[in-house]
Amino acid sequence: MSLQTKDLTGIKELSIGDIGLILETASGFKDILGRDIKKVPALRGKTTVNMFYEPSTRTRTSFELAAKRLSTDVISISVSTSSMVKGETLEDTARNVEALGADFIVIRHACSGTAHFLARHMRASVINAGDGTNEHPTQALLDLFTIQEKKGQIKGLTVAIVGDILHSRVAKSNIYGLLKLGAKVRLIGPPTLVPASLKALGVEVYYTMQDGLRDADIVMMLRIQTERQGKGFFPSPVEYFRNWGLTAARLEAAKKDVLVMHPGPMNRGVEIASDVADGARSVILEQVTNGLAVRMAVLYLLSGTKQ
Amino acid sequence: MTIIIRNGQVTDPSQGIDGICDIIVENGKIQEIKPQGAGHKPQPAKGRGQESKDGEATVIDAEGHLVLPGLIDMHVHLREPGFEYKETIKTGTAAAARGGITAVCCMPNTKPVNDNASITGFILGQARAEASCAVFPVGAITKGQKGEELAEFGLMHEAGCIAFSDDGRPVMDSLLMRRALEYSKILDLPVIAHCEDLTLAAGGVMNEGLLSVTLGLRGIPAQAEDIMVCRDIALAELTGGRLHIAHVSTKGSIDLIRSAKKRGIARITAETCPHYFHITEEAVRGYNTNAKVNPPLRTQQDIDAVREGLQDGTIDVIVTDHAPHHADEKRGEFDNAPFGISGIETSIGLSMKLVDDKVLTLNELVRKMAVIPAEILGLKNKGSLRPGADADVVILDTTKEFTVDPAGFLSKGKNTPFQGWVLRAAPVVTLAQGRIYRWD
Repeated sequence: MSLQTKDLTGIKELSIGDIGLILETASGFKDILGRDIKKVPALRGKTTVNMFYEPSTRTRTSFELAAKRLSTDVISISVSTSSMVKGETLEDTARNVEALGADFIVIRHACSGTAHFLARHMRASVINAGDGTNEHPTQALLDLFTIQEKKGQIKGLTVAIVGDILHSRVAKSNIYGLLKLGAKVRLIGPPTLVPASLKALGVEVYYTMQDGLRDADIVMMLRIQTERQGKGFFPSPVEYFRNWGLTAARLEAAKKDVLVMHPGPMNRGVEIASDVADGARSVILEQVTNGLAVRMAVLYLLSGTKQ
Repeated sequence: MTIIIRNGQVTDPSQGIDGICDIIVENGKIQEIKPQGAGHKPQPAKGRGQESKDGEATVIDAEGHLVLPGLIDMHVHLREPGFEYKETIKTGTAAAARGGITAVCCMPNTKPVNDNASITGFILGQARAEASCAVFPVGAITKGQKGEELAEFGLMHEAGCIAFSDDGRPVMDSLLMRRALEYSKILDLPVIAHCEDLTLAAGGVMNEGLLSVTLGLRGIPAQAEDIMVCRDIALAELTGGRLHIAHVSTKGSIDLIRSAKKRGIARITAETCPHYFHITEEAVRGYNTNAKVNPPLRTQQDIDAVREGLQDGTIDVIVTDHAPHHADEKRGEFDNAPFGISGIETSIGLSMKLVDDKVLTLNELVRKMAVIPAEILGLKNKGSLRPGADADVVILDTTKEFTVDPAGFLSKGKNTPFQGWVLRAAPVVTLAQGRIYRWD
């Protein structure tokens, strides 16, 4: 079993077949994660290096654990401890990491296209763990996995993605993945953060929660990313929550068995009310658990590609 | 010293010549241009572009070749002083001559900025010592290109500046831009405007649209250019100053310039570059930093508008905005790569495609690449093959095709999105003030 690609740069570049294979493989790994002994020797002797040029808790921990569960050696370097501060280029850092024998380079970077750039120049498999405002493919894969697990299939579902679409790499990856798998995608948020140009991809754009959430099967909330946005996209967090915050009352418009998702980290009271985040419809923590299985699947399948 | 360019197919719109002629050059000047009409006897030729001696004279056989006035590129970055690792006056002008360009205007965004007579003097000194073609410095509009106070237009003019521009750093302050257009009237020199509303461009790195969203790159809307074109036209109307609009890239700008010209604001001229009539934002896909340029590559609709603007005279001039960068700077994250295309060696080949595509006649093309730039810049001895003019001549082989290979550029900047393009019209010989450069 292997993917058609050496690298995972984005869902855009991934075939429908490869998405299916990753989800299927992840299902097997999820079973393993439910066992007493959670580790398998599948990738013993391989080396994974996490290069994180942006802060991350969830994704980095998840990749580290996924690599360890597959018995690869794993090292994580972050911007504060790397040569980046000494003026070394990203490419040189990556080449050094490769020279030390890395088979997988997991990269998170503030600039879009960084994973693509490295993938072109590296022999190692490059896995995009979030590049600027472009994509975060493993997040979308774990979201797709979660939806499929809960709903049986993705085709035909109505998925509403709410918030800062413009700056969200999670939203972008999910849009591509959901469309590829036949879901109907709605984008909801202030016009300043929902680029109308995306309609050309076949998504629907709504500016009010009332309209956008109607009969939705899935509601995917996004974090308001003040660090990426700059100022002035909306007047205040209070007004944002008033218009686009997910409350129990608003969720009534969606289907009864709606799933509430969030890639984390959440800003409670800014984009999502606590009672919804912790409520019965929320699968937010299951997303995190599934992330581990999905990342194991990605590492495992990419190692097959290279041979 | 006498040079005879024999039997070339000469096109010189400045004197309405379009036919087989001999050109006689004496001491760096055109002495005579002799049509070889019906009674023309084939001269002994040693082969195309070959040199021989006829008594004291050097004879260049141009039979079968196109012979044009040397081209003038009024928007070039030579990077010296300060960025010699990107380009020098020596390498940039050698690259120009290779591209059939015999005069360049160099933009002031050097380090230090060319905002005073001593920097202008330094550039011209280097040019005298090392340049392969004529160099005409463009002085900064404001001191340090900071957009705060006017630079010394008069003193820079005395030292040799022939236009003023803050180039990549548009003068955002409308009052200051008004003053620049007003004050420059005492010299009757053009103010060259890089039209971009920086607040609207908001740090963007490519054209704004679906592609920028799906690549996750910050977009610069076309309106960032249109708004400033509109403002600067209004200021030109207000002041009667001479406005030259740099590197036009949008349909909106072209519509605005066209309507301003119709209203009879005679002192507005405009330029565009080959990349704005050949390639769209699609070239950025894959995070190709060699396609990162400002203004950004736009859409097919804009390309069509640029071509239409060239055709109907809305756009007066073709320039390159030659912006060489070091390979290290272009190799890396798209966001961090500098803007710019090294274009001076592909300009004529890419522009000749406009003739192939029937957008322009050869005559019109030569007007936009030589005759009109000379008029705008007041260069009386350039852009023409009439007797007494500088012996600036380019001999083109229009039959030979060549593939763009940046590794072979004379420019230090190898940053081109046109790698692998097949072009025709390679310069075989360039004469710059009578100096002969052969390219084979």
